[in-house]
Amino acid sequence: MSRIILCRCEDVSLEDVEHSIAKGFADLEEVKRYTGFGTGWCQGKECHRVVALEIARLAGRDPREVAPFTARPPIVPTALKYFVADPTADLSEDAIPPPEED
Amino acid sequence: MAKPLPLPLPLKADTVIVGGGVVGLAIAYNLTVRGLTDVVVLDRGYVAGGASGRNGGGIRQQWSTELNIRLMQESLALCKDFAQELGVNIWLRQGGYLFIARNADELARLEKNIPLQNRLGVPTRIIGPKEAQKIVPELDLTHVHGACYNPTDGILFPWPFLWGYAQGAAARGAKLHTFTNVVGISQDGVGWKVATDRGEIAAKRVINAAGAWSPEIAQMIGVRLPNKPIRHEICSSEPLKPFLRPMVSVLASGLYFSQSMRGEIVGGVTLRGDSPTRNMGSRLKFLATYARQLTSIVPSFAELKILRQWAGPYDVTEDGKPILGEPAGKPGFFLCCGFMGHGFMMAPVMGKYYAELLTGGARHEIFDQCRLDRFDKGLVEREDFIIG
Repeated sequence: MSRIILCRCEDVSLEDVEHSIAKGFADLEEVKRYTGFGTGWCQGKECHRVVALEIARLAGRDPREVAPFTARPPIVPTALKYFVADPTADLSEDAIPPPEED
Repeated sequence: MAKPLPLPLPLKADTVIVGGGVVGLAIAYNLTVRGLTDVVVLDRGYVAGGASGRNGGGIRQQWSTELNIRLMQESLALCKDFAQELGVNIWLRQGGYLFIARNADELARLEKNIPLQNRLGVPTRIIGPKEAQKIVPELDLTHVHGACYNPTDGILFPWPFLWGYAQGAAARGAKLHTFTNVVGISQDGVGWKVATDRGEIAAKRVINAAGAWSPEIAQMIGVRLPNKPIRHEICSSEPLKPFLRPMVSVLASGLYFSQSMRGEIVGGVTLRGDSPTRNMGSRLKFLATYARQLTSIVPSFAELKILRQWAGPYDVTEDGKPILGEPAGKPGFFLCCGFMGHGFMMAPVMGKYYAELLTGGARHEIFDQCRLDRFDKGLVEREDFIIG
């Protein structure tokens, strides 16, 4: 049996998207949560457009009304070590002092 | 293909619930279970758009007041039955909650709640740094003075919870209308008129379960609510092989993190001094503070990659307790808000109690303890365990 995969990171198929809409979760943000598309490694960079087009097609809506969903930082997966020394950190009395420099 | 129109709003309903978050949907579901099916739930956006879809999914019984401990014991019991009752897997995992104290004062703050929790049947205990490290081997003990551990607390996945309630309520006759803005509410004889941007509904009763938006809804009938929306940020990492059993929280900084069933490390930290806002934008300041706090307690997380951050509104009251019941002079208008960022774990039991109250069943003591007019009379017992 073949499947049409729309989101490769989270293995979400066209059928999954159709199922979400049939269940009544038809808004792009709802489909994202119901199927998990766009929540993986690429955060929607690959699948966002194609899922939005499918939702628009299935609902008979203009794709421009359907997308985009809210973009979430960081732009690419980023290790916590790159944020540790950022000067915007909250340094109130409860915060732990920064690590010693080597 | 023609654009399908959303179903029209009914002209009247027994009960209109404003807010399709977990609190509103839990009430709707429980009302229909008790035979009151003429229920309409209105939400300004999509299901899970507010705090219900933005929280960390923690469910714990470690609280500082008897009422909250009892409520959460019952909520947890309801969660265990949820999959069977509603046909949705909420991915509940009882890995425990580990609260870390960095000094003797913080440990004393944890310790003083234990006799009460133990008396009520919650097996919380104080443990030393070494035992904490046995539970979470990755902990760096430099900043760990001691910890408080309850193995029966847990985490769940918030979204399926909402779908379960929404579908369960709908299957019994309740109507859920998303993307429907309430623009005015007025008293109409013995009932209420709820005006929306999609039409008007005459209702016998209105329940304000709008969370961060509840003050605006109450204002429509001239009731001033003291709860305020405070932005709390949270983030999720790349998925890792399952290794982290409990939810871990550092009491003083409000740091918390757990591993979801998808393998992601989900966590947040308190940022001090934020003014009330419903701006849910993400800030670098959050990730910087979280990175600092998290890597100081688990150094190996320095290499952990964050995939996304987001924010949700805590619906905050001054004494850390919700606001329930009918305000004076407004019979048939019920409040169910002010859940302090813990509405998710309280919703199962609140839905049950509210449905009992509205269908002639028992009136739980919480309705007397959480009246709006307590804010005029001076505050009483304050909940000490508001985290995140």
